[in-house]
Amino acid sequence: MIEHHRHILDFTLSSLMRRKGKNGALLSVYTLIVFILASVLFFTYALKREASLVLNEAPEIIVQRTLTGRYLPIPIAWGDQIAKINGVISVEPRLWGYKYDNVFLANYTLTVPAENPPESGNIDIGSGISRMRAAYPGDMISFTGHDGLPRVFTIRNILDHESQLLTSDLILLSEEDYRDFSGIPSDQATDMSLRVRNPKEYATISEKITQMYPETRPIVRTEIQRTYDAVFGWRSGLLIVIFSAAAIAFIIFAWDKASGLSAEERREIGVLKAVGWETSDILLMKFWEGIVVSLTAFLVGTILAYAHVFYTSSALFAPVLKGWSTLYPTFRLTPFIDFGQVATLFFLTVVPYTVTTIIPSWRAATIDPDAIMR
Amino acid sequence: MARRRSTIYLGTTAGLLLVLGGIFLHAYIKVRQSGPLFTRKTELVRQLELTDLCLFTEASYTRHLSMTDPSTPFQDAPMSLEHFPTGALVEPPPHLMRNHSQHD
Repeated sequence: MIEHHRHILDFTLSSLMRRKGKNGALLSVYTLIVFILASVLFFTYALKREASLVLNEAPEIIVQRTLTGRYLPIPIAWGDQIAKINGVISVEPRLWGYKYDNVFLANYTLTVPAENPPESGNIDIGSGISRMRAAYPGDMISFTGHDGLPRVFTIRNILDHESQLLTSDLILLSEEDYRDFSGIPSDQATDMSLRVRNPKEYATISEKITQMYPETRPIVRTEIQRTYDAVFGWRSGLLIVIFSAAAIAFIIFAWDKASGLSAEERREIGVLKAVGWETSDILLMKFWEGIVVSLTAFLVGTILAYAHVFYTSSALFAPVLKGWSTLYPTFRLTPFIDFGQVATLFFLTVVPYTVTTIIPSWRAATIDPDAIMR
Repeated sequence: MARRRSTIYLGTTAGLLLVLGGIFLHAYIKVRQSGPLFTRKTELVRQLELTDLCLFTEASYTRHLSMTDPSTPFQDAPMSLEHFPTGALVEPPPHLMRNHSQHD
């Protein structure tokens, strides 16, 4: 039985080698499609898992103040009223914002940390800023403040390189410096961060806050975590373009196979039948032909995708992800793999191709060999 | 004597399957080893009260995806045209979409 399969496999491989150019091109394109699809699946899944894990300690509820759909600084006094809501442990004002650096054409995020802020006149910077500006501890950096006057800061620390995916563009500074730099009054904050006794009360507390201050917008931790589950969903721009291209390519493959065999392939089937091959042998040969092409493409494409995403930091995606930004984290994702996704990729790539290879051959194999060759 | 083509093919496929198995094993080991790294990162998130990943820095609403207000990102509706490349890569956060549907 095994020897029978091996003889048919030998013949199938010889047959494929006779049309080296066509089958080689088919295998290359097939592998490329699997590579792109697998790269996207690996990248998005690993990113979602990483976001879900690290943002597990994000603030429990953030309260923003909005006016006509845009956010505004929030009065710190509102925090005293919010703190009186049952279940709220603490309310802390957060100070953060953006600074566009028109020399390096980069956007920075300025933040006043809740713990261990730098002393006035000092800043900690993300490793992305350090790399881009070649700035290191002890160096001085000047930024123009809200009033057009420059402020000079001394770099105290560079934030950990391994946390770039969180801190690449951060500038940490003291509350005093931030208020002086941004012009935000001392009785206001960017937003508020709440600690809550019981996570089950998130919705109730959020509702009470909006009843108390209708212009506020509470964002709870679960929503923050869900953001990264959803942003790379199948409807997002990147994925829909790639999935559409892959789907079209597969349709072309399937159509090419299902629409019939080439004259040469039909003649080959005719000759095989004339020399005594059974219809089942011909179907077996076509089954192996489908398996050889699709399984090889699946294995090579998936292995290359793994190397691409987890060893080269998704180098091919980088230009797309960077957009117009000049400051970009160079992170290496932890290789979280969803086995279900790999299995789905296997069934979507190997099975349809093999089936569409067998069906037209079955039609040809059941016709009289004399009629086929004529 | 020349090797049979099927021997070469089956050998190559077995090799590729082994590499694929090795990938899964490698991923499993790396994930287990990264426990302390994730502890440090979550501690950093807690200390700095961070809410977002630093994936895109070109626009405020893609830098802080979860903190975006309902008007700036994606202009004035989730289906409107986008002029920052990364804004077109990602979907709006679900809570923003929910707020839009409440307003409609």
